[in-house]
Amino acid sequence: MPRSPKIIAGGVILVFFILLALVGPVLVDGDPTKTTDVGLAGPSAAHWLGTTQSGQDVLAQVVYGARVSLGVGLLSALIATVLSIVVGLIGGYAGGVVDEVLSLLTNIFLVLPALPLVIVLAGYLPSRGVTSVAAVIAVTGWAWGARVLRAQTLTLRGRDYVQAAKASGERAWRIIFAEILPVEFPVIATSFLATVLAAILAEAGLSFLGLANLSTVSWGTMLYFAQNNQALLVGAWWWFIPPGLCIALIGAGLGLLNFGIDEIANPRLRTVLPKRRKRFGAGR
Amino acid sequence: MTDEVVLAAENVTKHFAASRGRRFGLGKRPPVRAVEDVSLNLTAGRITAMVGESGCGKSTVARMLARIYPPTKGRILLRGKEVTDSRAYRRNVQMVFQDPFASLNPFHKVHYHLARPLKLHGHARTKAEVDEQVAALLERVSLTPVEQFMHKLPHELSGGQRQRVAIARALAAQPVALIADEPVSMLDVSIRLGVLRLLEKLAREENLALLYITHDIASARYFADDILVMYAGQLIEQGPSQRVTDDPAHPYTKLLLSAAPDPDQVDDEEDTTDHGEPPSLISPPSGCRFHPRCPVALPTCSTTAPLFTALADDHHTACHLYDPATVAG
Repeated sequence: MPRSPKIIAGGVILVFFILLALVGPVLVDGDPTKTTDVGLAGPSAAHWLGTTQSGQDVLAQVVYGARVSLGVGLLSALIATVLSIVVGLIGGYAGGVVDEVLSLLTNIFLVLPALPLVIVLAGYLPSRGVTSVAAVIAVTGWAWGARVLRAQTLTLRGRDYVQAAKASGERAWRIIFAEILPVEFPVIATSFLATVLAAILAEAGLSFLGLANLSTVSWGTMLYFAQNNQALLVGAWWWFIPPGLCIALIGAGLGLLNFGIDEIANPRLRTVLPKRRKRFGAGR
Repeated sequence: MTDEVVLAAENVTKHFAASRGRRFGLGKRPPVRAVEDVSLNLTAGRITAMVGESGCGKSTVARMLARIYPPTKGRILLRGKEVTDSRAYRRNVQMVFQDPFASLNPFHKVHYHLARPLKLHGHARTKAEVDEQVAALLERVSLTPVEQFMHKLPHELSGGQRQRVAIARALAAQPVALIADEPVSMLDVSIRLGVLRLLEKLAREENLALLYITHDIASARYFADDILVMYAGQLIEQGPSQRVTDDPAHPYTKLLLSAAPDPDQVDDEEDTTDHGEPPSLISPPSGCRFHPRCPVALPTCSTTAPLFTALADDHHTACHLYDPATVAG
């Protein structure tokens, strides 16, 4: 069991938000979109995190927003990871023309500025549902993972156990997915977590710019409405701080978890805490 | 014991594209001539050793025979025929790699490593058959208790145990020829003999044609029936191991033997002759490739490459000293 403080801290944060998204809506009653007469009220017993301009409960919005933000993050990271595994491993293993073509594709997506592309793509989407936003983010975000996995595959391709599998008659796809893929799990895990983080941020950015479906409640759309209604100017800090903090916290959690996995995979990165020395002759 | 030649290489040559080195103008870099015009026969039930110093092309020959690299020129014949179907070929020719720490996938258990070739080559179909044959294979390479070793990961095994797993994996395909590329050079001296004895026992039991590649001519003499000596990518002497080691013909073989420690001949005189360095394989020496290091080189050695001369029915060497034409002239 890893006893790394980074993994524990990151894991606790992540589990907290996953629980919030899963069971939060059961505990917090109230419709996040329901408007009431009490607009822009500060935190109180009735509304723990206050209300928005149109009297919606901020706590309910944060809780429901967690579902959308995490959902988009996980879904698009899943799509992006599958894409990067396919492109990176097949290109790295096959070499030659296949690798050239796939590398070119990867490089194109690497140099394309992601946010403007996402904005353009999102602008032309027929529907702006959670799935299509996730797909757009995945399409622009798979290239980093593919690049890393291709490099890793290039080094693994020449290893003796891959040659041995080849010499014992294994087919190429079997070598790629049964011999090379499992060995790359730590790399895939870190790249997956990094993509989740990037996707959550991208979703928040898109929503903040008003390019996602504004009728779904996510942390990003909360910030969008807070901004549009000058929450900062009127001093309604309870409106924009909770979603902003949530995004920052989950980012920190995913980052910590990522560093922790890195340390397991590469022990040289481990932070060494100075051991407290036992004092001899104490009490003299 | 049959005298059937199961695996033969005919004039195989391997050139690698050099990744470094001087380019001439915009042209291609000169290739590394790793193996040049090597022919050999592996006979069922016989152990053939291939000896030579590091970088002389031994492993490249092994990898060409195991079809990891395609030869640049020449043919590889399995029972006298060229086999194009690579899975059929691999069922018959298997290889044991040099480094048992690198040749087993760290992610897979011993059972997986042995079960894959069994399933691939159709030797076992049901799970029960696979389990039974995996157990039998582990038994044959003396990894007992079998149940215990079956479920271990490579990092839980010692070097010798890993090499036994690698040997079992090669046997799982039920090959007729086995290429062992320096199978003991990465192992502790104390367990080398055990692994060699195991290979020998298996080769005799299964009537395998075994090619044992090594840089240690002393172990080749102990272990093999025939010895092939390679120098700078070429074969320079071949014959029965007893003859080659007792009465070496080629000056390089003599050099190799004098470098091997011999406990029977304690020589107080320190050998101070400078034997030089192995030549570059990008631009090998003209004529006989050994001539710059040869203590008895003739003028003709630097201009003409020697051909194989028969010293006896089964003992051949490529050296001008034994060439009747040169000796007469």
